[in-house]
Amino acid sequence: MKFSIYRFDPDTDATPYMQDYDIELEPADRMLLDALVRIKTVDDSLSLRRSCREGVCGSDGMNINGRNGLACITPLTGLKEPVELRPLPGLPVIRDLIVDMTQFFKQYHSIKPYLINNDPPPETERLQSPAERAELDGLYECILCACCSTACPSFWWNPDKFVGPAGLLQAYRFLADSRDQATAERLDYLEDPYRLFRCHTIMNCADVCPKGLNPTNAIESIKDMMVKRTV
Amino acid sequence: MAIVTRKFDAVIVGAGGAGMRAALQLSEAGLKVAILSKVFPTRSHTVAAQGGIAAALGNVTEDNWHWHMYDTVKGSDYLGDQDAIEFMCRQASEVVYELEHFGMPFDRLDNGKIYQRPFGGQSQNFGGAQATRSCAAADRTGHAMLHTLYQRNVQANTQFFIEWMGLDLIRDEDGDVCGVTALDIETGEVMAMQARATLFATGGAARIFSASTNAFINTGDGLGMAARAGIPLEDMEFWQFHPTGVYGVGVLISEAVRGEGGYLLNKDGERFMERYAPHAKDLASRDVVSRALTMEMQAGRGCGRDADHLLLKLDHLGADVIKARLPGIREIAIKFANADPIRDPIPVVPTAHYMMGGIPTNFYGQVVAPYKTGPEEVVQGFYAAGECACVSVHGGNRLGTNSLLDILVFGRAAANQIIEDLKKNQHHKQLPPDATDKALARLARLEGQKDGENVAQVSDAMRKTMQTHCGVFRFPDMLKQGVAKMSDIAERARQTAIRDKSRVFNTARVEALELDNLIEVAMATMVSAEARTESRGAHARDDFPDRDDNKWLKHTLYFNEGRRLDYKPVRLKPLTVESFAPKPRTY
Repeated sequence: MKFSIYRFDPDTDATPYMQDYDIELEPADRMLLDALVRIKTVDDSLSLRRSCREGVCGSDGMNINGRNGLACITPLTGLKEPVELRPLPGLPVIRDLIVDMTQFFKQYHSIKPYLINNDPPPETERLQSPAERAELDGLYECILCACCSTACPSFWWNPDKFVGPAGLLQAYRFLADSRDQATAERLDYLEDPYRLFRCHTIMNCADVCPKGLNPTNAIESIKDMMVKRTV
Repeated sequence: MAIVTRKFDAVIVGAGGAGMRAALQLSEAGLKVAILSKVFPTRSHTVAAQGGIAAALGNVTEDNWHWHMYDTVKGSDYLGDQDAIEFMCRQASEVVYELEHFGMPFDRLDNGKIYQRPFGGQSQNFGGAQATRSCAAADRTGHAMLHTLYQRNVQANTQFFIEWMGLDLIRDEDGDVCGVTALDIETGEVMAMQARATLFATGGAARIFSASTNAFINTGDGLGMAARAGIPLEDMEFWQFHPTGVYGVGVLISEAVRGEGGYLLNKDGERFMERYAPHAKDLASRDVVSRALTMEMQAGRGCGRDADHLLLKLDHLGADVIKARLPGIREIAIKFANADPIRDPIPVVPTAHYMMGGIPTNFYGQVVAPYKTGPEEVVQGFYAAGECACVSVHGGNRLGTNSLLDILVFGRAAANQIIEDLKKNQHHKQLPPDATDKALARLARLEGQKDGENVAQVSDAMRKTMQTHCGVFRFPDMLKQGVAKMSDIAERARQTAIRDKSRVFNTARVEALELDNLIEVAMATMVSAEARTESRGAHARDDFPDRDDNKWLKHTLYFNEGRRLDYKPVRLKPLTVESFAPKPRTY
């Protein structure tokens, strides 16, 4: 199978280049990550992140034939050859398929991604009805792979100011939690021309999310909460 | 090369559940903590845990910690230390409630309490009816927990060293631990991290086997570092083979599937677990179920053209239950087995999953080893928690959902012990002059080695050898050959060469360093397994099919120097209750 892969090692390369590989696959190689691991046995200098190989850790996000996705759950069958692989767009490249995610995590941290509840905790669990808990479905499952934020033109233009789809999805995860008490504070922080309102509902985020989540919906829900609190 | 040294109160290696639970405790106590991780913390393998956390909350069926303790002792095939097991089961409810207060999105019952589901080996009233003890967030409990712990650490301002790899332990001439050497993967820089307390929370190492549920990063780094520093490894012959890894791929299918009512079938459509465990059936202990699957295949009752797998049926649960309670499983089955469990059964095989053994500790998380004067003395400055540690709460076989409990309880306990110990040890011990020698020698060898075997080839040979010679059932001649083969492979691992010499994010170098650790783990496993001439828990010998309490009710200790074995007694005396005496184990 034929691949064309983005290569750049700042230690030795002046500029990035695309390298072609043609490799013999084994019957057990089903996913793109299997093929990359096989390439790495013949060229150990190809660098990428990977860990769980089952789509839950979020390590191996990359741009696959023009579309962001996780290598470990992208089947090889159906990929157009040569399979063109590039690092996630919009973030600085450290080496090959590895990007610097500092800005992405900075935005995630900015929304205070933790439960805020200042009441002394009870002896047992805080109660939450199944319906209240269901509000968190489609939100808490995010794996922070950055496929969404790096597919978002608004995030490309303003990565320092726009929280981006992944961060906003998590902002709503805490706004939607019946146990959280910081609703006003969270909405105040997001009520800003950039942090939230740079989202122009382009919907690339929902389109590429490997977990089938929909950040655009979450962003709309945050906007609804803002409207509701003004009336 | 000039090596930078930095001082911390405590250094934690590994940012999975155990490491991050400990980091949180230490950060909140105001200590200067560094927590290192090869990957961004939420990518640690805790993220892949599915089914739940065991705690006798009694939200669904009547329950108490003492029943949980009994089940854990029995599940361990009496090799677990009963003081540590009592400690863990008593604290279970507290750590789960605490996690809920941290923001963990547990599923809920109609009354608003935490949802619990039945799991294998759980009983009421000391071996009676099935208990419902596993607290769950759908089938993504580990993911929900790891993210919650990370989020809480963000709030506590914990200092993370992300994409840093521990290289070697620093011990001084007294044998005390004074820190670790570590590699910044992004820049290639090496640092000596000096600490008054060093906690290993490096997780498992089931990547020594070909068929494994484990992530690529599970390479036993903590065990390798400990073994090279002269610390023994305990009970390394005990590896859990999970009954339901996806056939041909290894990805885990949670026991929660059987907890929710799914069951296993052979090629005749027979629910064969009824023959092996008439009472608990598909919810017998994992070692029992994995052996049953293996025997079905050996008897020619496996499925498919090569009779080499079995089927896990759950369509009868209905689409609603599957979508609500097992959505992650459904996703995995569709992607990796081409089977939508709403209609089709999932092809499964026993798959290496969990290391019961590890770095020997007491239930305070302190590493204990034959040291200055006694056989179980505290190694000053050194702690371990989670899968890399052997407390031992799992003994010969771990019960499902006791591992997420283990990492919470002992992550917290180790941190509390560190806080106490640091009050006494106000000053850093001086680093020995050879502090960084071991790590730098390993790096220099890789840098200088021109011709040599490919790392991937050698690790492949190791995985195949472990899989063939040290699997679900173990045979005397295969073990003997296995030891010889592993010795040969260990020799080859010393001669590997990498072609990538870049300083920047050199993953070839990381994989070569990981291989050193894998080899230590694999060698310890094979040697310990060859010596234990009985069957107990997950260690099943063809030539010694029975448990032998007279000779073998004891823990193995493996020392890498001379591949020497020693043994120490099992702690049969709990903290406050009466001991559970060994008796025949049936389900």
